[in-house]
Amino acid sequence: MYAVEYQQAKSVADAAALIAKTNGRVLAGGQSLIAAMKLRLAQPGTVIDLAGIPELAAIRKEGGALVIGAMAKHADVASSAEVKGTIPALAALAECIGDRQVRNMGTLGGSIANNDPAADWPAAVLGLDATIVTSKRKIAGGDFFKGMFETALGADEIITAVSFPVPKKAAYAKFRNPASRFALVGVFVAQGADGSVRVAVTGAAPSVFRASGIEAALAKSFTADAAKGVKVDASGLNTDLHGTAAYRAHLVAVMASRAVAEAAG
Amino acid sequence: MGANDAGFIGQSVKRKEDARFLTGAGQYTDDVTMANQTHAYFLRSPHAHAKIRAIDTSKAKAAPGVVAVYTGADLEGVNGLPCGWLITSVDGTPMKEPPHHVLAKGKVRHVGDQLALVIAETIEQAKDAAELIDVDYEVLPAAVNPADALKPGAPQIHDEAPGNKCYTWAIGDKAAVDAAFATAAHVTKIDIVNNRLIPNAIEPRAAVAAYDRAGEAYTLYVTSQNPHVERLLMTAFVLGLPEHKVRVIAPDVGGGFGSKIYLYAEETAMVWASKRVNRPIKWVCERSESFLSDAHGRDHVTHAELALDKDGKFLALRVHTIAAMGAYLSTFASCIPTILYATLLAGQYTTPVIYCEVTASFTNTAPVDAYRGAGRPEATYVVERIVHQAAAEMGIAQDDLRRRNFIRSFPYQTPVALLYDTGGYDATLDEAMKMADVNGFPARKAEAAKRGKLRGIGYATYIEACGIAPSNIAGALGARAGLFEAGEVRVHPTGSVTVFTGSHSHGQGHETTFAQVVATVLGIPVDNVDVVHGDTGRVLFGMGTYGSRSLAVGGTAIMKALDKIVAKGKKIAAHLLEAAEGDIEFKDGKFTVAGTDRSKTFGEVALTAYVPHNYPLDKLEPGLNETAFYDPTNFTFPAGTHICEVEIDPDTGVVHIASFSACDDFGNIINPMIVEGQVHGGVCQGIGQALLENCVYDKDSGQLLTGSYMDYAMPRAGDVPSFKVATKVTPCTHNPLGAKGCGEAGAIGAPAALMNAVLDAMAEAGIKHFDMPATPHRVWQALQAAPSA
Repeated sequence: MYAVEYQQAKSVADAAALIAKTNGRVLAGGQSLIAAMKLRLAQPGTVIDLAGIPELAAIRKEGGALVIGAMAKHADVASSAEVKGTIPALAALAECIGDRQVRNMGTLGGSIANNDPAADWPAAVLGLDATIVTSKRKIAGGDFFKGMFETALGADEIITAVSFPVPKKAAYAKFRNPASRFALVGVFVAQGADGSVRVAVTGAAPSVFRASGIEAALAKSFTADAAKGVKVDASGLNTDLHGTAAYRAHLVAVMASRAVAEAAG
Repeated sequence: MGANDAGFIGQSVKRKEDARFLTGAGQYTDDVTMANQTHAYFLRSPHAHAKIRAIDTSKAKAAPGVVAVYTGADLEGVNGLPCGWLITSVDGTPMKEPPHHVLAKGKVRHVGDQLALVIAETIEQAKDAAELIDVDYEVLPAAVNPADALKPGAPQIHDEAPGNKCYTWAIGDKAAVDAAFATAAHVTKIDIVNNRLIPNAIEPRAAVAAYDRAGEAYTLYVTSQNPHVERLLMTAFVLGLPEHKVRVIAPDVGGGFGSKIYLYAEETAMVWASKRVNRPIKWVCERSESFLSDAHGRDHVTHAELALDKDGKFLALRVHTIAAMGAYLSTFASCIPTILYATLLAGQYTTPVIYCEVTASFTNTAPVDAYRGAGRPEATYVVERIVHQAAAEMGIAQDDLRRRNFIRSFPYQTPVALLYDTGGYDATLDEAMKMADVNGFPARKAEAAKRGKLRGIGYATYIEACGIAPSNIAGALGARAGLFEAGEVRVHPTGSVTVFTGSHSHGQGHETTFAQVVATVLGIPVDNVDVVHGDTGRVLFGMGTYGSRSLAVGGTAIMKALDKIVAKGKKIAAHLLEAAEGDIEFKDGKFTVAGTDRSKTFGEVALTAYVPHNYPLDKLEPGLNETAFYDPTNFTFPAGTHICEVEIDPDTGVVHIASFSACDDFGNIINPMIVEGQVHGGVCQGIGQALLENCVYDKDSGQLLTGSYMDYAMPRAGDVPSFKVATKVTPCTHNPLGAKGCGEAGAIGAPAALMNAVLDAMAEAGIKHFDMPATPHRVWQALQAAPSA
């Protein structure tokens, strides 16, 4: 790791001021940033730690939505009675992230701000049409993810919370990369309160996306077979050591059908 | 040792070493911190193959905290790293041994090849300085695949090895094999790849080197499986230092699996540099560095043919293998795909004639050397895959075809040099089939089919040669070292015992197993015996731990020292009891005059040896301390049957292991719990190779594509089933413990059993061939392309 200045922010405003002053990087749970720094792949002059702002970790029900603080840890979400009682699919998703150590450090806000192509949270944000609340504004889930490791966040903008509308049914099915155990393909399926269906896919492409063909099929018939019967287009999907685009396209339909079965079950 | 003298032998004594390991009290190399210590970092090549036009270290030398920077040009008078085994080609020429510089000179030959050593006050300063080293590379094309490297026009890696060929070696009677094939009723042919593996011990390599001006002596702490061998090779072959002035200590070591047998460049450069900087130097390999610089395993490409008569009797086996050596010859690289591979091709079978030809090629990759099993997993994989295929082709049941060819008369001379002393292959097959409930398989398969799953069962009836080795035979085969072991038993005045062994424990539990042996022979509590290993300053000598040799060879050396202790004890007791030495019996910790109740305890005799007031000083030296060297008269031959049952999900290609049953014959067993643990670990590694692990270099650039756990898939607990394990015993006939060794069997039997199960499951889709690893993606692709898809 290169030498780095460490600052602990006392509030969101304090964090924004520190960013402006130091041009530093925001540190949430550190599960991507610290690893990159240790490998000397990232070299921030200053890191601004949000861990000292307890209100950022709150989880609460707010009207028809579940609002999860950006600094809520995956393990907090996985074990939260509020989450389990409101949108159990989110607790289940959080439970399948990384390993126990990662879940005890990694945060929701850190995950979506990083927008790793194989991260789990972006699928839930897009699949539930969640709203990202930042230090400056509210951003619709569909507008937030811009491409591989790219988001709509400004350089001095800090995610404070994510507001997830409570769906009628939802589930996440993840097919793990055998090596990294990140999502080779992860599919979040949700049937909203208004009956509309959203299917968000992570791991398969450079950034999270909605599988419109499966959404259309599920809108007609919200069944596992309907999802499995969809032929997903492989163009634009990732090919690497662990799977070709064709394999990933196939898995999108398989995982979608498993998510539907789970959601319906 | 008779059944009545069993004592602690055969008991699952809890491991003496576990308390310190589980409570964080283990002392590993990285736990060694010396006063005034500096830190080392090695600059490594980012290219697979490049000429070094120039290296400029001036900026690095001037960087903050830097103590010294060395490159290959500084190491004048330092020789290259040696290879410990000379293989002679079929044309009579010796293998090509191009220089393996401690720091690269002229060229770099694999990504990760070390070319500069930076020593600084802190590791971060050393890394910062390394970034300031300016290397002018002329990048060259790379040869990556072991077969492609031998093709005309392939990039030439070493001037000394034209066509990248290290050797072409052969064993067996080619003419007899050809003649047998001409009479065959059936010939089975197979082309298989044995995938390259990266060892991944939990503790990465590490070293601390220090020079003592007062004694003009060096101390090296290093993660080694064989500190005496490390010292011998480093001092005599590379650095030209007096052997007695170098102390090598391998303290607690967190796993080796072969990768810590070898003399590596890093610690060698550090010992050399420690005198020049006159300060201790520490280096701890980072995980990414381990991927690039540890010696890898396997990497074979093989064509094999099996000739059978109409009844399924094996008539002949013909094998041609291309084996990667990597960029340089690692310490034992040359003997792994030859001596430890081709000699095992008889397996458990009476195949009368076998011919095997092996061509070893240099490639622009990390060196390849022994990895858990070392040649024997590769041999078992060839034999058991081809036997599986032959049975399928001829419509003979898997167990039946094997039984038709089992060796049942011992000793048995194979056509590939080995003499099996004993074995009982029907017994292990019978038991494994019972454990696996083979009879219930058709019903389970039908039930799986209803759920849309493909279910298969696979066998591996393996053999291995362990307890390496009779030094004279090894020497005749090209070994440049002896392969005996040394032991010392030091009885203290109060009757407690310290045992010094040349074997090294890095997870095997020697501190317990060896203590059980000693406690049993001397009739004292296990807690009264401590085992010391891994220090050339305390242990008289040792060849170390590899090839499942520790108990069979190291344990026997201790037994021989114990014989001397007992013999001397009888003399002392005879004097004390005023009896003839020949009338003294030793049993259960007591020296007794035969036929009487007159006796002296072991403790009394020990005390007398050190307080020799009433003692035959005119005939006998005081003290009770004995050493022994043991050179085995033959290899040992552990063998067994592994049966694996899998279920494939055609939707995803996931292979689920439904059950894994292993029945092994390791000879006599000292500690069943430790043996079971060794089997579990070995099987996990075998499953890792078959299902997940695959080292991949880019075929053009030679970049390591699986350079971290993000891309190199290690087996996790969730990938393996709850194993069913059992043992059968035919004691080894030529060592007093009757022990054969158990450390590698799991990694030897499991890949073939698992892949045969996968192939059995895929057979219904019309698939006849599939290479490791059976990852979901590869399985799914194979099913998509299958004839019946």
